[in-house]
Formats: sequence, structure tokens, C-alpha cells
Amino acid sequence: MNRSILLSIDWITILLYFSLISFGMLNLYSATYDENFQNTSFFLSPIGKQIVFLFISLFFGILILAMDPKIIEPFSNFAYIICIILLLGLFFFGKTINFSTSWYFFGPISLQPSEFAKIGTILVLGNYLSKIQTDIKKLSSQLKIIALLAIPVFLISFQPDLGSAIIFIAFFFPLFREGLNHRYLIIFISATSLFLISINFETITTIAIIFLLSIIIYFCLRYINSKIKLWPIIFFTMISIGFSFLVDYGYYELFEQRHRDRIEILLGKKIDYKGAGYNINQSKIAIGSGGITGKGFLEGSQTKGNFVPEQHTDYIFSTIGEEWGFIGSSLLIIIYLVLIIKIIVSAEKQSRKFRRFFSYSVASLIFTHFLINIGMSLGISPTIGIPLPFISYGGSSLLVFSILIFIHINLDANRLNE
Amino acid sequence: MIRIYFLPFIAILVSIIFLLRLVNLQIIDSSYKLLSDNNAVFEQTLYPERGLIFDRNGKVLVSNQSSYDLMGIPENISAFDTIELSNILKVDKNLLIDNLNKAKNFSPKLPSIIISQISKEINAVIQEKIWKYDGFYLQKKSIRNYPNAIGANILGYVSEVNKNDLKKFTYYQSGDLIGRQGIEKYYENDLRGTRGKSFYQKDRFNRVIGSYENGIFDIPPKNSNNLTLTIDLDIQEYGEKLMKNKWGGIVAIEPKTGEVLALVSAPSYNPNLLVGRERSKNYSKLSLDTISKPLFDRGLQAQYSPGSPFKTINALIALQEGTINNKTIFQCNEGHYYAKGMHMECFCPKGSKNNLLKAIYKSCNTFFSNTYRSIIDKNGSPSDGLETWNKYVKSFGLGDYLGYDLPIGKTGFIPNSNYYDYWYNKDGWKSSTIVSNAIGQGEILATPIQMANITAAIANRGYFITPHFVKSNKLIDTKKVYEKKITLIDSIHYEKIIEGMHQVTERGTAKVAKIQNISVCGKTGTIENFTKIKGEKVQLTDHSIFIAFAPKENPEVAICVFVENGYWGARWAAPIASLIIEKYLTKEVKRKWLEKKILDGSLLNEYEKPYSGTEFTINE
Repeated sequence: MNRSILLSIDWITILLYFSLISFGMLNLYSATYDENFQNTSFFLSPIGKQIVFLFISLFFGILILAMDPKIIEPFSNFAYIICIILLLGLFFFGKTINFSTSWYFFGPISLQPSEFAKIGTILVLGNYLSKIQTDIKKLSSQLKIIALLAIPVFLISFQPDLGSAIIFIAFFFPLFREGLNHRYLIIFISATSLFLISINFETITTIAIIFLLSIIIYFCLRYINSKIKLWPIIFFTMISIGFSFLVDYGYYELFEQRHRDRIEILLGKKIDYKGAGYNINQSKIAIGSGGITGKGFLEGSQTKGNFVPEQHTDYIFSTIGEEWGFIGSSLLIIIYLVLIIKIIVSAEKQSRKFRRFFSYSVASLIFTHFLINIGMSLGISPTIGIPLPFISYGGSSLLVFSILIFIHINLDANRLNE
Repeated sequence: MIRIYFLPFIAILVSIIFLLRLVNLQIIDSSYKLLSDNNAVFEQTLYPERGLIFDRNGKVLVSNQSSYDLMGIPENISAFDTIELSNILKVDKNLLIDNLNKAKNFSPKLPSIIISQISKEINAVIQEKIWKYDGFYLQKKSIRNYPNAIGANILGYVSEVNKNDLKKFTYYQSGDLIGRQGIEKYYENDLRGTRGKSFYQKDRFNRVIGSYENGIFDIPPKNSNNLTLTIDLDIQEYGEKLMKNKWGGIVAIEPKTGEVLALVSAPSYNPNLLVGRERSKNYSKLSLDTISKPLFDRGLQAQYSPGSPFKTINALIALQEGTINNKTIFQCNEGHYYAKGMHMECFCPKGSKNNLLKAIYKSCNTFFSNTYRSIIDKNGSPSDGLETWNKYVKSFGLGDYLGYDLPIGKTGFIPNSNYYDYWYNKDGWKSSTIVSNAIGQGEILATPIQMANITAAIANRGYFITPHFVKSNKLIDTKKVYEKKITLIDSIHYEKIIEGMHQVTERGTAKVAKIQNISVCGKTGTIENFTKIKGEKVQLTDHSIFIAFAPKENPEVAICVFVENGYWGARWAAPIASLIIEKYLTKEVKRKWLEKKILDGSLLNEYEKPYSGTEFTINE
């Protein structure tokens, strides 16, 4: 590490990183604290393992900062292939927990390749986009990008780990930033809305809604541009109806009941406070009972009573909400927002496509985790079990997000030197 | 431009939505605070002690006793000697381990019952050693106790609610007790009271640290009510003793009030069997005894042909209808032909000329068969005659539920013209076809409590009060209970019947029932009965029945005794009835020889006959 890099490092991002990590450790300690089981070895307890992973993360972080960022780009394809091999290897050597074969075990330490696949995918996509012959506006390039994304998504879906697969939606944002056609944004938004409409209403009602919307859209477009033709609208109406049938089929034939339950509870179609809705409801109770100032560190009766399942992993935000109240949880949200915006701003300053794409993807991944995880704890997005970056218990997640942040910091610091 | 600002815009938007949601959840909506309290406040249910049950003289029939449950909180339990503990508890070691695992699966933090209903004796031992077992404690519970071990059929029993009860009644929670059968069931709401609640604050270690908000939310339990029954403990106990080794029923009623003094069903069981840890084992043993049927209340549920006592009812109807009077005489020649080739036997000697009085105390079949036919044939139409007769009989409470305050019962059966039209076609039957009804055989069926009730109606000279088991108190609609049910027979006609019934014990069929200084009125019955063995109708030894009341003037007790396969009415039923009357009216039994004979007597041989698989003789 030379002097110039220490001077050019974005220390504010480092500060945000450490504030999230330390806040996470406090809450992880509270969520797993149990006075009755203190005699187990510290390094085998969740907090102990997490601290071990923190040190591993910091070791890699320093290594990354000391690195010349130029060596990262050529390493991209190799990293991607390693990740794919690791994902494939799970089918032979993976360990199954809760019906998902997502882990490699090395003694007390477990690694989750789906987390590492995020790094590989960012690198390979960035590398591909920065090639001269790549034009994201062309269909051939788009298909290649889709293929690069689809391989890890499919492998992860088959573990099966739906949450980790869904996270790859995050790549929409950097790709859109890099020039993906607006059309995809419209398709992305309409497909999401159609999905929600299809599972929320009967088939007949869905079709009626689609027709109604088509007519409205047609007349709106006519108003803007009188030359608009009728047949593309009819075509898209038919496509939409077909899609909604596909959703109905997929929803009832391919999804398992537990997935359906989770989505339906969120849509308010089902009320079940003791079954699948239990987690969400208990999480809301915990957060709601925190009030403005919270109950205080280690004082959360919901947290202590172990009422919220998976609290130290997926539902860690409920501990924060209960013990630190509105002040603590809104502060956390603001820290995340500042971190995300800061990374985006710095990404925009990068002149090289690879580096911009990399930083932008880091921001997008943190944002997507933030959106799904906190949204779930607050009961406004579906129950998808993914960790809250830097906060939730999980060594692989901590290590991967640390590596991403430190690569970003390195890229950011070396931007000025170019 | 849109491309660059899209993600930052979305991120800010999402953050604002999250913050607004937090404002709503944490600041505006206070319901979540309340829900959180629900989780952290410990709610304990308080059960009022179940009401006690007394006999008419204030003697305890049902009390409560303490029982203890061994409770355990799995996460507090440290390793212990399972063999030692199971030895102290006198349970199987594996049961203990199984229950501990079940409790752990249920919840490691919440207390579970590990071993339930530990007896007082074992409790005394374990109380001293409980300190050795971390995470265990004993919880006191109240269970039933029957100091006299009598009246199981009246009292019923209690047991824990099952899934069906929970579905059916909203009040109950798992683990609650509910009355099953008898008084326990009928007066469940009074006996159980209403449970209360108290709330305790728990700290974050799930420990109770004190009363929640100084107990302002606590709901005290509403006390249960004690019940005083109309049953006389001494009479009930004496009746059960007399019925030992016999099958049948005894019902004794105080005619003036309709209060049931005793309801004996034999064989019965010791009510203490259905309490405590052996309850379900004992219950299945009792319910599986399909031969003697100890759970079947013969006093309330057994429908027998009433036999000769029913002759009194037929005589009353005929008197009321004017088809016979005091001076009516029928001749009997060891019976009579009531139709061509159809002979009804009688024990009267050839050439007897019987009037009503003599016919009753001699129990002359000929007299009553003519009497009955005179009612049926009065207007020339047997249908009309039978309907009139049916109306009179039903006014005695026969052929329908009596409406007493116990959950079980049977209606018995009083045939009407539709019934015979169905079997013999319309106009296909005459008075001679159904003449068996004259002597209480035929199609008529009645339960012992119905027979005791008609005895009370006769004793009251024309009315009865619905038999009941709980003494009047604030729980009971007094007006309804004490309503006089007046029979359709004028009271002057009763005196003639009563005189005949008095002569039964003075010089008639049941001289054995005569008691010194007490005028007993009674009527014997000997009832032919049949069973099916391998699909064939086989006649068994006659049932022995006796109805009686005493004293003749101002009657204090009316009774019906029914002894299955006891042969003559005077052999078993009459002495038993007489002994009970003597005991009730004089408080002591002077006829020790008779008492001894009954107490020692057993009909078990008789009951084994149909199951012996060999030929047997009857009416020995």
C-alpha cells in the first residue's frame, strides 16, 4: 500500500461500512443472546463466527486495497467460471439445510457459493460490456448478457434457493444505466404488475382488467399521436392475456404452497397469524413495539422471547426496530441510502465502462437486498429470505459484500490517479 | 438523463416509503405495542374449585381432593437420574423420557405437564426431593373424590375436554375439565363456575417478575355453586347393598315433592374408579363389559314390560270410564278363554268370583283382561277405545320423557291405534288381539323411574310432580319443577285401588312386604321375558317387580324395584322395596332375617345361564 492510495481512499464510505458492521454486530449479539446457553464456545456462537468472518473480510479488504486495480479486469472470466463450478459442485458436495443444498462445509465454517456468484457475475458482465464489439442496444449482445445471467440464476434456483436467485434482478439497474432500451423497463414494470394482477384476481377479472387497460392506453396514445395503429395494441393485449395464463399456471402448478402462502398473505388474500404469516406478523409486532426510542440494547422482549423466527438472519431488522426504535431504524435506512447514493455518484465519475459498471452493480446489489429484506420485515414486500448486507448473520454474505465494497473503494481511489 | 437518475430516484423513493412505514408502525399505530405486551405478559388461568355435591341431609356425596401434576420447563432441566425419579413416581422410565421429549418439542421455555395426577402419597415423597431436580415443580390441581363411593349412575363423572368439546363449546380450553354423564353433566355450568385470569409481567429472560400493572387487568374466577341433591345417602347406599349380585333398578320418590330419594342401578361401579391416572383404563374396562353393562343406568334407561303393577292403571281407567265399578265381578277358572282357543292362565282357583279389591291383591289376570277389554270395546270401535286408553295412560307420564334433570333417559312405549293398524292392518285387530296389555305384558314398555312415578301418582291420589334430583334452590325454576301434573283420573277412584294395594301386603301376593305399624300399599309383578340366543327366541326366568308406597295415608315414599330374572315379584322385588321403606321411615331395619336373606342372595347363576351354551331351566 503506498501513501497515495491511503490519501485518496474515500474514508466516508469506509466509515459507513464500519458503522453498518458494528451496528450489525450489536444487534446480532442481542438477537442471539441467551443467558441459558452461554457456556458454548465463543467462536462457535453466531456472534463469534461472524467476528471471525469480519477479520477474514478485513484481511481481504486490505489485500484488495493494496492491489493494482488493473489486474481485476482480466481476471473476470476466470472468476465467473470458478463461481459456476462452485455452484455446480453443490449438487455433489453441497450440504442441505432446510431443503436447500446451498452450502459447503469446512468444519465449523460454511460457505455459500450463491453469494460469491454475485462477484463473478458483476465481473463477467462488466468485462463483456466494456468490449468494443459489444453494443447493448443490439439483440445479439442482449442475448449474451441474458445467457451470462441465466446460468447462475438457474443453478441457484435448482438448489433451490429462490431468494438468492431473485436477487439477480439487481442487474437490471446497471444494465439499464449502460443503455438497455427503455422498452425493457416498460416490459419489466408491466410484467411485474401483470403478475400481481393475475394472482390477485380470478382469470375473468384479470382479462377484463387487461382489456380495460389496453383501451385506456390506446386512447391515451391516440391523444398524443393520432397516427397510432390499432394492431400493435391488440397484439400486446393478446401477449398480456397469454402471460397472465402462464402466471396462473406457473403459480398454481410450479410454486409450492408455502411460496403461494407467503405471497397471498402479503397481498392480504390470506390471514394466518400462526402459520406462514407468523414471521411477518411477529416482525411487525417487534418493530411496532419499539416506539420512537426503542426498548434499548438487550431489552427487546420480542427479541428475547424468540418470537421472531430467523431473527438473526433474515429478520434482523425487527431486532433493530424493537431495541433502537424509530430513531435507530430510520438512521439505518439513511445510512444505507447515503452509502448507495455515494457509490452511484462515484460510479458516475468513472470513465471506464468496466469500473462504472462494477461500482454501479455494487450499489444496485446493496439496494436490492435493502429493498427486499427491510420491505419484508416491514410487511410490504413478499417473504424472500435474503440477508441484510453487513448486518445479518452470515459469513459468506459479509465476506462478499466486504470484497465488493473494497474493490469499489480501490477502483474509486485509483480513478483519480488515472 | 433518465438512465442516470433512475436508480438514485428509486432508492430515495424506497427509503421514503420505508420511513413512512416506520412512522406508521412505531409512532402512530399503538396496536403493535399491545400485541407485543401479549407476548411478554404471562397469563395464568385461575380455576374455581368445582362445586361440591351434598345429599338431601347435607352429607357429602362428592368432594374435591388435591392432586398434583409434575411440571417441567425443558430448558431449565439439567441432567438427572431418570431411574430414581421414575421409581419415586412409580411410572415407567420410558414414559418419563417420552413425556420430557414431547415437552421439549412443544416448547423449551414453557412449562408442560410431565406426569399428571400424582397421588397424595407419592406427592408427599416427591415434595421432599423436588429440589434435586432442576426445572421441575409440582402444580396443585383439584380432582373429584367420592367419600361414600355410591351413586355413580346419578353423579356421573368429569374428565378433560376432548377435541369435540372444544369445537362444540366456546368456553372450554384444552386441559379444562368437563362433566360427563349424570349431575356433573346436567349441572356443568353451575358446578364449574367461570375461570378467571391473572396477568404477570415477564422480563426479557422470560421470568415472571410480578403482577402486571398491579393486577388491574386480572379477572377473578367466578365461584362455582354447590348442589344439594334430593338423594338420601343412607337409602341410596342401602339400596345399592341390597342389589348386590342382582341386576335391576330401584327408584324411590317422595310423592308430595317428586324428589328422587334413591336411584339404584345394578350392577354399578365405584365412582372413584373414574378419577385420577387410571381413569381411562378403568373406563374402557367398564364400557367393554357388554354383558352386565355397569355404565347402563337400569333405573332410567332400561325399558321393561311393566307387568302386573300396570293392572292398577287399567283399573283406574275403567273406573273413570265407568266400564267397571266396585261391584263388578268376573269369574276366573284358573284363567279364561279370551278368544276361541286362546287361553290366559291365572293362579286363581277354579270358580273364583273376584271383585276389584280381590282381583288386585290376588293379581287376577282374568279380571283385568276383562276390565281392559271393556275399555277398548266401550264404543264398539277398538281404535277409539285404544286412543282413549292411550290418553289416560300418557297422563301418568308414560310413553314419553319424564323431563327430570339428568341427561339420559328413555321414553318407554305406549301403543296407539296407528301402531296396531300398521302391524295388523286397519280393522285387523280387536280387544282380544291386544289383551296382553291388560296385564302389563304385550307392547307396553316403561322404565323403572316411570313406574316409580306412577306409584307416586297413585300415592298422591291423582297427580305427580316431575321427578327431580336437585333440591330446590336458586338454580332451579321452582314453579316449573313443583307444577302438579294431574292425571285424567278423578281422585275418588284412587281410594279403591289403594285399598287393593294395601291388601296386597296384608293378605295378598306380597305379605312379605308387610311392615310392623306401617301400612304399605304395593303391587307385585312377574314378567315373562325373552332373549335371543343364536337367533332363536328363548324365554328366560321372569323378572321380579314391585311397586309400593307407604304409609297408606299421607305417603312419604313411593318406590319401584325391578330385579331382572328374579322370578316372583314377591321373591326379590317386594322384600327389597319393603326393606327400603322400613329403613327410610323408621331409620332402622328390624327384620334382620329378611335383610340377611336379600343381602346374601345372588342371581349371578341366573344371569350366566343364557351364556352357558347349554340347555337351562327357568323359573326355578
